[in-house]
Amino acid sequence: MARRTPVYEAHRGLDPRWTEFGGWEMPLSYRSIAEEHRAVREHCGLFDVSHMGEIEIRGPEAGAVCQALTVNDVRRLAVGDGQYTLLCNERGGVLDDLILFRLGVEHYLLVVNAANTASDLAWIRERAAGRAEIRDRSAELALLALQGADAEVALRGLTPLDLTSLRPFGLAEGLVAGLPVVVCRTGYTGEDGFELLVEAAAARELWDALLAAATRRGGLPCGLGARDTLRLEAGLPLHGSDMDASTTPLEAGLAWVVKLAKGEFVGRAALAVQAEAGVERRLVGIQLDEPGIPRHGYALRRDGAVVGSITSGTRSPTLGSFIGLGYVAAGTAAPGTPVEIDIRGRLLPARIVARPFYRRVRREN
Amino acid sequence: MMEFPEDLRYTKAHEWLRRKGTEAVIGITDFAQDALGDVVFVELPAVGTQLTQGQTFGVVESNKTVSDLFAPVSGRVLAVNQVLRDEPERVNEDPYGAGWMIRVAPSRSEEIETLLDAAAYRAFVASEQKT
Repeated sequence: MARRTPVYEAHRGLDPRWTEFGGWEMPLSYRSIAEEHRAVREHCGLFDVSHMGEIEIRGPEAGAVCQALTVNDVRRLAVGDGQYTLLCNERGGVLDDLILFRLGVEHYLLVVNAANTASDLAWIRERAAGRAEIRDRSAELALLALQGADAEVALRGLTPLDLTSLRPFGLAEGLVAGLPVVVCRTGYTGEDGFELLVEAAAARELWDALLAAATRRGGLPCGLGARDTLRLEAGLPLHGSDMDASTTPLEAGLAWVVKLAKGEFVGRAALAVQAEAGVERRLVGIQLDEPGIPRHGYALRRDGAVVGSITSGTRSPTLGSFIGLGYVAAGTAAPGTPVEIDIRGRLLPARIVARPFYRRVRREN
Repeated sequence: MMEFPEDLRYTKAHEWLRRKGTEAVIGITDFAQDALGDVVFVELPAVGTQLTQGQTFGVVESNKTVSDLFAPVSGRVLAVNQVLRDEPERVNEDPYGAGWMIRVAPSRSEEIETLLDAAAYRAFVASEQKT
């Protein structure tokens, strides 16, 4: 039986299409994926992402534990900062990607992928038990994402918090719609936006307030369908599709996250070797020259030989073109390189392109 | 509320067929587009292609899934809906109108009589939804 978020009843009232994702019953779309996608690109959209897991690490050793288990440099985090980071295994394989927030001097919070919450928790406990207090907060916390260029304006009317000075990946604690929340300037859409952590019991009230504010700005409630097309246009990888324990961050284009010089951490030795030797394959953006949907597992060929495979793809709602992510041999990874995608036996011409496919135009509010 | 126009004939693979004189227009039903979700790509045969009843004539893809399209009748393809190349969402918005897929010249008109009428298709869909 799939789990339901604290906002489930509000979704039901909107009669969405449903999908099961990471063991959760989640809205796929309320109207159409394309309309919701456009709302986020042009105005704003509200997502329930309460399926994401939250793992709290506290205590005098909490920072050291995070530093030893994640690849980014935790020492760069002041209280109120967050960073994109990864949990890797000893071989350098990506167990999960996550946002690590520093809520207090000895208080960290990891926001992790729904499908990985249990295994992340077990992994962390196995390596840090006794050194820090580790709690699974996933059932107690809901996470709502308000995304899009108008997200700040929409949110401003609901909170006394100074949103304008909140930097990307920064967080602020305060009241939104009279409810105590943690507001983070993070997201997964390629737009400006916020993610709001709230106690599960207050999630429905926060959803209603955010939805009303978003709607006044031309926004829409958005499901996981639009979340996927938005992140794909932004060139952001999805753990479980575009990377997993068999791929390393260096292969996945995430070398910028891995701070080999920070000292020892799980996976460092393997990643240092790979950084020295160079990667054999790379995750790249792929654009088709003819219509067709690249799907996970479809082979990529060059001069008749298989050079890699697709990991995810879609028709880009913003660009109208057909785009995907996939791994190719390092020698084929340069932007402009022509390849062919084997779509159920039909070979369609495509090109390697630089990520992201879509980059937002910054505008002044 | 799902629509199944009375003047159309239907297949159990959820295509519809509309007779227009000696020709027939073919698409997928409201039930089919709803089950697929957002249609993002429709692959259709070239004009002139000979179709055989029950054989695949194309593919419809949504964000979720890939589905074959099955010919309700045998015949030659006279036209394909070129609009779907750039606006596949028409299939969701107007499955019986702007979302039509192909126009054919049926070669065996008696095949049309083997197709379901609206009442039979509605009953079939109801039985599918129960399982």
